[in-house]
Amino acid sequence: MESLLHSVQGYIYPDELQLQWSILIVLYPFITGLVAGAFILASLERVFNVEAVKPTYRLALLTALAFMIVAPLPLQLHLGHPERSFEMYLTPHTTSAMAMFGFVYLWYLMVVLVLEIWLDFRKDIVLMARASTGLKRALYRAMALGSDNISERSLRIDDKVGKFITIVGIPSAILLHGYVGFIFGSVKANPWWSSALMPVVFIFSAMVSGIALVLLLYQFVSWYRKTAVDMPCLDTIARYLLYAFIIDFSLEMLDLVHRIYEADESFKTLDFMVHTKLYFSQIILQIIVGTLLPIGLLALVQLVKLTEQARRAIYGAAGLLTLVGIFAMRWNVVIGGQLFSKSLLGYTTYKMGLWTREGLLPAIILLILPFVILYILVKLLPPWDEARDAEATRAER
Amino acid sequence: MREWLRDREHLVRMGILFAGALAVFLVVRAVMVPKDFGTYGHFRTGALADNMAHPLVFAGRQACGDCHDDIVASRKGSKHEQIGCEACHGALEAHASADDPSALKPKLPDVKTICLVCHRENVAKPAGFPQVDPKDHGDGGPCTSCHNPHHPEIS
Amino acid sequence: MEADRREFLKQTGLLLVLTGAAAQAWDFVLAGEPEKAPTYKLLDHWWAMAMDIRKCIGCGNCVRACKTENGVLLEPDCFRTWVERYHVHPDDPEHPEVDSPNGGYDGFPEKYKAGDGSKNFFVPKMCNHCAHSPCVQVCPVGATFESPDGVVLVDKTYCLGCRYCVQACPYGCRYIDPRTETVDKCSLCYHRITKGLTTACCEVCPMGARKLGDLKDPKDPIHDFLKDHMIHVLKPEMATGAKAYYNGLDGSVR
Repeated sequence: MESLLHSVQGYIYPDELQLQWSILIVLYPFITGLVAGAFILASLERVFNVEAVKPTYRLALLTALAFMIVAPLPLQLHLGHPERSFEMYLTPHTTSAMAMFGFVYLWYLMVVLVLEIWLDFRKDIVLMARASTGLKRALYRAMALGSDNISERSLRIDDKVGKFITIVGIPSAILLHGYVGFIFGSVKANPWWSSALMPVVFIFSAMVSGIALVLLLYQFVSWYRKTAVDMPCLDTIARYLLYAFIIDFSLEMLDLVHRIYEADESFKTLDFMVHTKLYFSQIILQIIVGTLLPIGLLALVQLVKLTEQARRAIYGAAGLLTLVGIFAMRWNVVIGGQLFSKSLLGYTTYKMGLWTREGLLPAIILLILPFVILYILVKLLPPWDEARDAEATRAER
Repeated sequence: MREWLRDREHLVRMGILFAGALAVFLVVRAVMVPKDFGTYGHFRTGALADNMAHPLVFAGRQACGDCHDDIVASRKGSKHEQIGCEACHGALEAHASADDPSALKPKLPDVKTICLVCHRENVAKPAGFPQVDPKDHGDGGPCTSCHNPHHPEIS
Repeated sequence: MEADRREFLKQTGLLLVLTGAAAQAWDFVLAGEPEKAPTYKLLDHWWAMAMDIRKCIGCGNCVRACKTENGVLLEPDCFRTWVERYHVHPDDPEHPEVDSPNGGYDGFPEKYKAGDGSKNFFVPKMCNHCAHSPCVQVCPVGATFESPDGVVLVDKTYCLGCRYCVQACPYGCRYIDPRTETVDKCSLCYHRITKGLTTACCEVCPMGARKLGDLKDPKDPIHDFLKDHMIHVLKPEMATGAKAYYNGLDGSVR
């Protein structure tokens, strides 16, 4: 507390000394963004018939699910009373953006992700139930809801329903993340957040981060399983990443230019913050390292003919830098929005805990957790095409 | 019908599962929403009573005057007449509401410091407000050697 | 005694029907203390605060009394009310120098010199009990609310501790009470004003620089205060319907 008091510059309202939203709340939009982005990439194949990205379709779906399961955890961990969070379902306040979280989340998790994955993997589930014994068989039987029917017609029906869900899923994914942006964008008391562009920027940055994640995961999985990378697929994903990134960056620059040009009463305060406390995370990490550099790398591939090896290296680097950049963007929104006083007369400092409930360690664990869940999901429902064929032959035997 | 159902049965099962979960949710919700929620707005009406139930600490000048009417009378016409008793004497609800108030006698304020809480010189104070630098004003003794705090004017 | 109580219950019952203050009175009845049931009529009041900057002497009485009355932690970041000192140079009114050492709890040691051409004054701050509170708007569960008599209150047994309201308040009037892990803020001494008393801060203000007012009471002096002075609220551009009305509020005050 004492050290915090000393780190205050200028004047802040006394109750503003401590930041209310910690690194966990940085994770929340970061993770939901990955979910929305991965899903939108997956739906490219299904709805817009982009055949090239097909090899990543099922992996992207499982990735979205793995991250979706983790998404509410940072929120829960951050609440003063996690045991009361069910009140959001009991007495949701219709004027509160946050109150809708429970419903948007459930809708997206259950109706979109779980149903779509179930429909898409149902044939695999049934085949695996047939091929396995004991507890494993019981598990797959339960997942198949006791049904053993994988007739041509039933699968055709599944496909139709699945396509419908995907179509519903795209606006849902946009809703999920646009609404996360709205949580911040609608706070009129905070000039750093209050912007109609915020939800739109969140949606596009979500697409950027989700696509980058799948791009990385696909390469990693191919390397790990020692299977050949489908280069046309990788090139296509990288191209979509570049497009989404350009739109995202343009929107963010539009916001910036707008702020600089309008230069309202908050401008000097925020401008000072960007040049001091946020300089590293905003200018260096987010804009230069996390945006301009990956955009440059991805554009280079479009302009110059490069070897497969070089392209893969570039995609890997660009994907990683993108994730760093988007994480920095979430950080700058969430933490940056609390570093200056609403009196616009001073600044406080964010002191991140290490082992504390809202510290760095839980944040790291929460970032690793989705990959553990993804590992389990992949074991349970192998998303590879070969796996499907192998199961089919085993089941026939 | 049976023909229609044959290849959709698993979907129907999933539908039933969802409907069941929804039904369970609605029942749980009906049971768990506080009964007094929403009477006056989107909140638990009992929260009003909870806020009202907080104990008093300051009694309020009315309560002081109920017993100490002599003091109230002595302050008539004084520059300090409008000041609440507890502004100087501190929170006294415990004293005021005690069965035997004399058993819980409040401590007299320290007259060397209490006056300066208000009257110490400060440029941010409104012009015209009587303020002193204790180094230049008085002889270093307690203010009460010249001023009566209940009627501070020097006649 | 027994008969009295029964009589009281009957009367209370009547009151319940008449005022609609059912749940509150009933809580007291159930707690075996019907004598404490409020005769306060929720819908007959609309509370506000009249603040006079020309009168504030920065003594800090309000800050101390508030902490005492409401059991607010003595930490330097837990304030339901606080006092700010402004130091404004006439040639640069947009950049005032402001401080509020420990919220004004220990008073204001002299910092500036008389006659340096600056303007100096104190500003008492507290929850504005907005009629369109941004904090209430964002509460996801209804744990903070505008009461029918115009007070923004917190339901401590219902608050999740999500802190969204802290972010939404433009005036910095909310903090998290580390003892309960729920939000805390000025309750306008709801336990006092519903018993006919004034708030603790008003009770001890030696200058009458802050005065509780009931806008629904035509005889309340607040009407004259609002009529006879040039009145301003904090951050009017936020359109929060703030009900802390200031006389003598300088344009430099944030």
